Amino acid sequence: MLEIKNLHAGVNGNEILNGVNLTVKTGEVHAIMGPNGSGKSTLAQVLAGREAYNVTEGQVLYEGKDLLEMAPEDRAREGLFLAFQYPVEIPGVSNMYFLKAALNSIRKYRGQEEMDAVDFLAFNKQRMKFLEMDQSLLNRPVNEGFSGGEKKRNEIFQMAVLQPKLAILDETDSGLDIDALRIVADGVNKLRSKENAVIVVTHYQRLLNYIIPDFVHVLVDGRIVKSGGKELALELEEKGYDWTKGENEKAVVSA
Amino acid sequence: MIQTTEQKNNWYQSNFEMFEKSLNGESNSSTHALRRNAIARFNEMGFPTTKNEEWRFTNIAPIAKTNFKPALSYAANQVALKDIEPFVFHGTHRLVFINGHFSKELSSVSILPKRTFVENLATALKNSPELVGKHLAKYSKYDENAFTALNAAFLKDGAFIYIPDSIVLEQPVHLLYVSAGSEDTVASHPRNLIITGKHSQLSLVESYVCLTEDSYLTNVVTEIVLGEHSVVEHDKLQIESEKAYHVGTIHVYQQGKSNYTSNSISFGGSIARNTITAVLDAEGSECTLNGLSLATHQQLVDNHTTIDHAKPHCNSHELYKSILDGKSKGVFNGKIFVRKDAQKTDAKQTNKTLLLSDEATIDTKPQLEIFADDVKCTHGATVGQLDAEQIFYLRSRGIALTTAKDILTFAFAGDVVARVHIEPLKEQLEALIHARLGEGRQSRDTQ
Repeated sequence: MLEIKNLHAGVNGNEILNGVNLTVKTGEVHAIMGPNGSGKSTLAQVLAGREAYNVTEGQVLYEGKDLLEMAPEDRAREGLFLAFQYPVEIPGVSNMYFLKAALNSIRKYRGQEEMDAVDFLAFNKQRMKFLEMDQSLLNRPVNEGFSGGEKKRNEIFQMAVLQPKLAILDETDSGLDIDALRIVADGVNKLRSKENAVIVVTHYQRLLNYIIPDFVHVLVDGRIVKSGGKELALELEEKGYDWTKGENEKAVVSA
Repeated sequence: MIQTTEQKNNWYQSNFEMFEKSLNGESNSSTHALRRNAIARFNEMGFPTTKNEEWRFTNIAPIAKTNFKPALSYAANQVALKDIEPFVFHGTHRLVFINGHFSKELSSVSILPKRTFVENLATALKNSPELVGKHLAKYSKYDENAFTALNAAFLKDGAFIYIPDSIVLEQPVHLLYVSAGSEDTVASHPRNLIITGKHSQLSLVESYVCLTEDSYLTNVVTEIVLGEHSVVEHDKLQIESEKAYHVGTIHVYQQGKSNYTSNSISFGGSIARNTITAVLDAEGSECTLNGLSLATHQQLVDNHTTIDHAKPHCNSHELYKSILDGKSKGVFNGKIFVRKDAQKTDAKQTNKTLLLSDEATIDTKPQLEIFADDVKCTHGATVGQLDAEQIFYLRSRGIALTTAKDILTFAFAGDVVARVHIEPLKEQLEALIHARLGEGRQSRDTQ
């Protein structure tokens, strides 16, 4: 589904990603872990098409297509979804209006009929329920005045509405208390299937107790220095990221 | 330079003489004395230049250079009801003016409460000269403003609304000014007088629209007098031809505990200048001025507001927003005077501008002059562009770049539009805003 080959990217001439390689297949859940500043969020943003970052080298294939050539909206229409670490507030635009515009532009792209307001509401009800979201959030402006937890829940709610093939969750656990974390993780688990894939970007192992990954990768200084199964996350939690520093040096030497 | 001004004045002087002849014997009335004094004053002043502080950012040389002819008459068959249908709101008392002339055929006023008037000013001058004479030209002073002087000189018709004490007029009054095609480049000078009695209530819509792409000048003066405890909501929509000029001057005089709200929405012309002055001349009054301008191409939209807190315990709120695209230019000048007596004044002014292109510009000038010491006055002005993070967020959900920008621009306009309470007007505004955003986009794409 996703193939990242030797990806180099940065901002204002500072290279942040230093040759990332990663392959994600349909039905898999990958966790990307790493210390602060290792490039985790940059990777998520580059995949979603954030223009502030320049890709200087490498290739990303998404379902065989050149992802980096696609506009952000086309990536979304092709089924890519980024749950933002810091969802932006948009005063004056209701959550409902925003989501309906998003869903319909995706449906239109896929040759499906657009949904009217009544159908859209019915379609949402159940999704709001399993994320324990208050209906009133739909009528409020996008993320405006939402608590940290509400913002993160709103991201997963959008994911539930847009039903992406590849979801990237960027530090979705940060700022969540344990109850909210469970709700959000349950939401993600309900959306998992054999047809889609999830990349979980996180600093802590905590979220991975709820969303069990098939693979764990450790990103340090803009490259993946170690990959393994879910037990790698526990090892990291125990030993800390310093433990992987040696691994990075090894990687540099071998490169 | 001096010679051009003189020639110009000669032009309006000779127009005035022509106009005088067309009045047929009405020239002995007190109204005519006003006209004569006004043209004399205009001849002395001439049109303002950018050296005049009030016109510093708005160069009206194109208006001064053009020999506008007065629209002396109007043919009843020139405009049909179906032509103005897109601008009409049902369920309103409607007065229609074509090139400044009252059209009885296109107007429609339902049964009114006793002693209430919704009619054209010429009729009121004939039938209620005392009532009109008591207020006409008492608030808008022509001795300092050339356009007001010109309006007073050519004063002939417009709207007259009188709401007696304790009357709540259920249906809004819609004043519809239509500029229709004409052989000449014409000027119209509509004059409106609106008087509300104690404890009365009025909802008023003024729209200035066009059925032509030509150049013309609309130079309107509106005087509004609010009686004690009266409530007036006044929406003004202005969308003139892109070659046309609009100079609109509104004077509001508020008596005790009255409440006035203005929502002024401007789509401009070539040059549009909206001036609104509200005098809060008795305790406990409240004044709210909201504005939204949307300009593109080479348009210039200028909003000048003055709120004069003359007496204590009055509140004023002001929110003016501009959305500027293409090479358009916006001007905002917001004066707030707090007189020595006006203790416990609470005044708030906000001006926000969204620039959609690199070539659009805004001159914004908040101007607070406070002579009392126990007051609360705040003002703030911001100028910015669409937020890149918000655009990216919308795009990351599958929304096209152009749609994302439109959604955010529309949201910027939204809080002013939301203040309009007349539902069909609000819908019309939303449609016009969407259309204007499309135009702006096209002009950028072809650059």
